[in-house]
Amino acid sequence: MTGTIIGFGKISGQGLRVGALGAATLALALSSSTAAFADDAKFDPNASITIGSLYEPQNLDNTAGAGQGINEAFNGNVYEALFTLTDAGDVQPGLVAEQSVSDDGLTYTFKLRPGVTFHSGDPLTAADVKYSIERVTSEQSKSSRKKSLATIGAIETPDDQTVVVKLSARSISLPYNLSYVWIVNDAAKDLNASEDGTGPYRLDEWRRGSSLALTRNDKYWGTAPTNGEVVFQYFTDATALNNALLTGAVDIITSVQSPDSIAQFKDNPDFTVTAGQSTTKELLAFNDRVAPFDNVKVRKAIARAIDDKKLLTSIWGEYGTLIGSFVPPTDPWYVDLTAVDAYDVESAKALLKEAGFADGFSFKLDTPNYDPHPIVAQFIQSELAKVNIKVEINVITANEWYTKVYKAHDFQATLQEHVNHRDIVFYGNPDFYWGYNNPGVVDLIKASEAAANTDEQTAKLKEANTIIAEDAASNWLYLYPQIVVSSSAVAGYPVNGLNSQFFAFGIKKSEQ
Amino acid sequence: MLFVLLRLLPGDPANALLSVGADAVQIEKAREQVGSNLPLWQQFLRFAGSLARFDLGTSFVSGKPVIEEIAARLTVTVPLALMGFVLAILIAVPLGILSAVKADRWYGGLISTVSQLGIAIPVFWVGILLVTVFAVTFRLFPSGGFPRRGWQNEGQALYALALPVMTIGLVMGASLLRYVRSATQDVLGSDYLRTARALGASFPEALIRHGIRNGAVPIVSILGIELATTLLGAVVVERVFALPGLGSMLLLAIEQRDYPNVQGVLFISTLLVLMIGFTADLTQRLIDPRLRERAVGGNA
Repeated sequence: MTGTIIGFGKISGQGLRVGALGAATLALALSSSTAAFADDAKFDPNASITIGSLYEPQNLDNTAGAGQGINEAFNGNVYEALFTLTDAGDVQPGLVAEQSVSDDGLTYTFKLRPGVTFHSGDPLTAADVKYSIERVTSEQSKSSRKKSLATIGAIETPDDQTVVVKLSARSISLPYNLSYVWIVNDAAKDLNASEDGTGPYRLDEWRRGSSLALTRNDKYWGTAPTNGEVVFQYFTDATALNNALLTGAVDIITSVQSPDSIAQFKDNPDFTVTAGQSTTKELLAFNDRVAPFDNVKVRKAIARAIDDKKLLTSIWGEYGTLIGSFVPPTDPWYVDLTAVDAYDVESAKALLKEAGFADGFSFKLDTPNYDPHPIVAQFIQSELAKVNIKVEINVITANEWYTKVYKAHDFQATLQEHVNHRDIVFYGNPDFYWGYNNPGVVDLIKASEAAANTDEQTAKLKEANTIIAEDAASNWLYLYPQIVVSSSAVAGYPVNGLNSQFFAFGIKKSEQ
Repeated sequence: MLFVLLRLLPGDPANALLSVGADAVQIEKAREQVGSNLPLWQQFLRFAGSLARFDLGTSFVSGKPVIEEIAARLTVTVPLALMGFVLAILIAVPLGILSAVKADRWYGGLISTVSQLGIAIPVFWVGILLVTVFAVTFRLFPSGGFPRRGWQNEGQALYALALPVMTIGLVMGASLLRYVRSATQDVLGSDYLRTARALGASFPEALIRHGIRNGAVPIVSILGIELATTLLGAVVVERVFALPGLGSMLLLAIEQRDYPNVQGVLFISTLLVLMIGFTADLTQRLIDPRLRERAVGGNA
């Protein structure tokens, strides 16, 4: 559990999980983004849905270091944004009714949806929107998303229903980036412990350490939720959470983290298991600045010496997906690169010889002390022993990882899970912890953000993606599955958990 | 003391507030907010000053007053520990006496053997076992969690605590039983009991009139220690049963380097332990007049 506090994205509330159904049923998954009942099933419109989760928010404000749990509970449920990232991964208008973009791509004009009110009764105005965006970009903000909004120069509010955002540089991802900016009432006080949003639910009660209850907002401007109340019940122990589902104390588990526990639900008609890919990538990240990892051949040799498939199977069984780069299949710029540096011990040995390491070498692997990293480290140790590379496993805490690896760049190689959606941009930052510096990639990533349209953006990022893979910038071991388990009495929940979101308004519970 | 030890832990509490992408300005702001930018002695003066005003500060992470959160958590931990404690006494005293008095019978031996087993099994294992049997298989009790409205719905709250209380009661009962048994054995071999019987009292009469009172003195001090351990040690049970108690608050606060919360919990726990110790002492004096005389007479 320690790891979930600081682990990549989990500390930050930027945990992005985009999944589809399991590898075998991938095609099917992309066509339906929610688990559904048989059409004729009757549901209780006032049902209370209990959602079991391991991610309790630290506070209720996503600009105050609340963690990924607050996105799960509040995004789309309590707070809405100008744009909505749907469970299928599309960016759609949320509180924006109309938008226009100037030809130079530097001025965005948003017309707000009329007749929207906050839970406190105040009407939504342009001033609220300006306030909300500035809350994220302000100096006090602890939002992980601050950087991606850095191009916002000025926000103007010519009238109550119009917001004009001026950018210092083109930013094709602006609508996407605005999808995680909660629109809050500018008159609201103490957003740490209370809320004032526009969403389909209002906060009923938060019992820290236990549960967070949302109740239907009867004055909601949009489609009313298909249930009356949603209670997030928080657990610290995965077994306790599984037992709660087994005994009917919770209806849904948002994200199953231990593969072993799936077995007890899988062949049981009382439960539904929905499995898919997430955007969480398990990485063996090298410090590309230091020898021997500044040598492309060494990095490629290591990629070829490790049997990713065997590793994935030993950890997740039949779940999860192999990836050949940092981009998961649900990002628009996915290319299947699993063939690049595929498992091949003989060619790994040859490459090492070319690089001048015929007798191998040894390195220290900084390994976070929580699952699955210690197991992965041991696996890598035994795989690399076959090509004469000695791995010294150095177990560290999440907090140490943050200080030593992330901030001080004081490491040779490390393991980390990266949960973010659309995070290939990290490879365009030479100062990032892994120190990958390819000017071609830096330019491509910069150019992609300045693209005039999404096709151009996608083409540039696909190119960058391919270069990264060819360079073996890091070793991408596998993609985690995203597994939601529920009682078979409920349906209509999101299966992809994108951006850690868990939209509850479509959940139906059958009458029993 | 606690204060310094805590600060020696690696990791800045500001880290827990920030995301991985945080820049230097964000980090500095966060350090200012939690006060970790100040020298240690200044941090300590701040802490000691507010403690004197009985102000435990506000949590770094949630921004809520520490005392509020502790109060909410105590409504779970205190009833849990007390009920577990009573159950343990109900199990240990009669069975302990029985197994000492009837040590030569088969059930005397059986009770001691089972209690030995009970001591050997870890708490979480007992908890998981009870959940598997009573919650998952028979659906008699909930497997964990605490009702959202807490004690506003007493029935539900008690229902939620049933298995955790049983877990504590069984484990604590098993270890307590040993003490009761050996105290009873001491009493059985004592001169005063023999004298009482020689003066014509029947065995049960002698045991009840003289034995229990004498045997109870050491037991009470053990009880005090056990109760204190349960209050602090409830963390394991709270985790297994997903209860929002003091133990789980402490655990979370340590993980997050939320020093005000850690200090608050430890401060309140220390207070509770001192109070329990004091009560145990008083009780011993009530039971045993010799202790009172000694206290008054000084060197009796």
